[in-house]
Amino acid sequence: MDAFNSLMGGFGTALTPLNLLWAALGVLLGTAIGVLPGIGPAMAVALLLPVTYGLDPVAAFIMFAGIYYGAMFGGSTTSILLNTPGESAAVVAAMEGNPMAKAGRGSQALAAAAIGHFAGGMIGTILLVILAPTVADLAVDIGAPDYFAIMVLAFIAVTSVLGSSRIRGLASLLIGLTIGLVGLDQMTGQQRLTFGSLQLADGIDVVIVAVGLFAIGEALWVAAHLRRGGAEPIPVGRPWLGRDDVKRTWKSWLRGPLIGFPFGAIPAGGAEIPTFLSYVTEKRLSKNKDEWGKGAIEGVAGPESAASASAAGTLVSMLTLGLPTTAVAAVMLAAFQQYGIQPGPLLFDREPELVWGLIASLFVGMVLLLALNLPLAPVWAKLLRIPRPYLYAGIMFFAAVGAYAVGGEVIDLVTLLVIGLIGFGMRRYGLPILPAVIGVILGPNAEQQLRRALQISDGSVTGLVNTPFAVTVYAVIVLLLAWPLLKLLVSRRRPRADA
Amino acid sequence: MTTTRTDSSPAPAAGRRSWLREHSELGVCVMLLALGALVLTDALTMDVDITQRGPVGPKTVPIVVGIGLLVIAALLAVDVLRGGRGEAEGGEDVDLSEPADWRTVLLLVGIFLGAAALIEPAGFPVAGAVLFWGAAFALGSRRVDRDPLIAAVLSLITYVVFDKLLGVPLPGGPLMGVL
Repeated sequence: MDAFNSLMGGFGTALTPLNLLWAALGVLLGTAIGVLPGIGPAMAVALLLPVTYGLDPVAAFIMFAGIYYGAMFGGSTTSILLNTPGESAAVVAAMEGNPMAKAGRGSQALAAAAIGHFAGGMIGTILLVILAPTVADLAVDIGAPDYFAIMVLAFIAVTSVLGSSRIRGLASLLIGLTIGLVGLDQMTGQQRLTFGSLQLADGIDVVIVAVGLFAIGEALWVAAHLRRGGAEPIPVGRPWLGRDDVKRTWKSWLRGPLIGFPFGAIPAGGAEIPTFLSYVTEKRLSKNKDEWGKGAIEGVAGPESAASASAAGTLVSMLTLGLPTTAVAAVMLAAFQQYGIQPGPLLFDREPELVWGLIASLFVGMVLLLALNLPLAPVWAKLLRIPRPYLYAGIMFFAAVGAYAVGGEVIDLVTLLVIGLIGFGMRRYGLPILPAVIGVILGPNAEQQLRRALQISDGSVTGLVNTPFAVTVYAVIVLLLAWPLLKLLVSRRRPRADA
Repeated sequence: MTTTRTDSSPAPAAGRRSWLREHSELGVCVMLLALGALVLTDALTMDVDITQRGPVGPKTVPIVVGIGLLVIAALLAVDVLRGGRGEAEGGEDVDLSEPADWRTVLLLVGIFLGAAALIEPAGFPVAGAVLFWGAAFALGSRRVDRDPLIAAVLSLITYVVFDKLLGVPLPGGPLMGVL
């Protein structure tokens, strides 16, 4: 049990008093920011990035783990008490959770969600401990062509699996790739798209891009369409569950991760699909079918557990392959790059203290999350009453802090605003944000791997497909691309429902 | 909110204008086209005098991205003209039934730039407070007694936490020099 020993070493790192403090701080901050309406986990993580600038990488990522899980849990609180999910993964939590809260069972809904997160996160993280070293071992021999194939897969997956329009997804990806091109070419030092400017020669920092697109873009977009007199949150007491509720939900908590974890690990849009699948499964298996839609507790427990486990699954592909499958993972990858650390199969060999400290702190974070969030739920619920002008002013404020902290330069703030305006335009015309962020983060890397692969093969294109791994990945890509055609063939046999 | 749209132009012009408004997404195509042209021009005018290792130089990927942008601009234009529409993003606090409130957006942009200009001469605590108060004001908060106080406290606490506790340097400005 090599992984077990490494994990114990990780606990040794994570359980030092100072690191425990960072984990607790991360969980608290993550939940607080995640609860705030309008802030999804990706924006929460992007906004909290600067908090970790002054820390060493191990402490920073321990804090990050707490922020990630905290923000995910916070989002479901918003869904249940306000019925206005900020991100797609929390939509399902609102479907049964909000009717429960309306019927005076908000405490039970929150408890089912909190314990669901705990169970899903625990099972998911255990699977991560078992799987990640194996995947890393398998992947340790992969070379430039394989990396390039993985990144192409990431590009294709974010543009064609998510969102309603492939064209708009591709447009967003290309915008991201263009931003990623700005600066000095990594291999030759050639200036690209710098227009002679020294500022641009350094490239545009990915943190500024992420914060600009997620935070400033969102704040400006909401400002243009601010809802006057929004929904009132439902007040709630301390979460608890009765014996009957536990009897109904424990199986759902255990089933959720089975659906959530695999979906998190593949580039299929993170928690969105598995939460919905879990919801459908629970509904089918439920004995109290008449309650569904009016507040069935299994409909909160299962999907929340699935969501949490999918977050752990996301970490498998992020840590072992450097492949971000969700927006949060993309921002975390940006954070790794800030420290000059490249996630991938070698990470487990090169930075064992960091990786296992991070994984161990996921367990610690989950326990803290449960211990803090059950008693603190009424406090979090109060955060939902924050006046909207303060909320969005605060988002702009912290976005500015983050961008300025990157390099201490005013010009970065102007860049941030310009990228925020791009984010605004993208929201207006339905261009998804995630492909652009993935393009900025993975673009330069993909180019480097492509050129390296072609150097090795001396320019022959076969150098890109000369490993079984790469061929497999390209086969998956072809399947992804062919999927709409297949669907079209199937639907043509049936009368079309919508135009 | 108080501006009313006066439409005194003759009917055909109004028709054209409403066609343009309905197809404003074509503006995105124009932007993508311009961006593609920019990337391609930059790539093609690049003089690569550094000895190149390998067959793929610094030009290749920009050329691919540039061509991709041009192609996607054309495809998007076709999609829009055939009636496709990008769906504006919804959200917890987003009300899409009202027309966009441009005044607030412009005000926010102005305040942000103003605060950015202040950060170096006046220091972060002042600039941050101006940013928060200004943004809250632009977004409709009019509590003159409470807003500036919250802004000042938030900005000061953030400065102390980042600069002193977290080791992320922020400029204190003359005010912090006095304190």
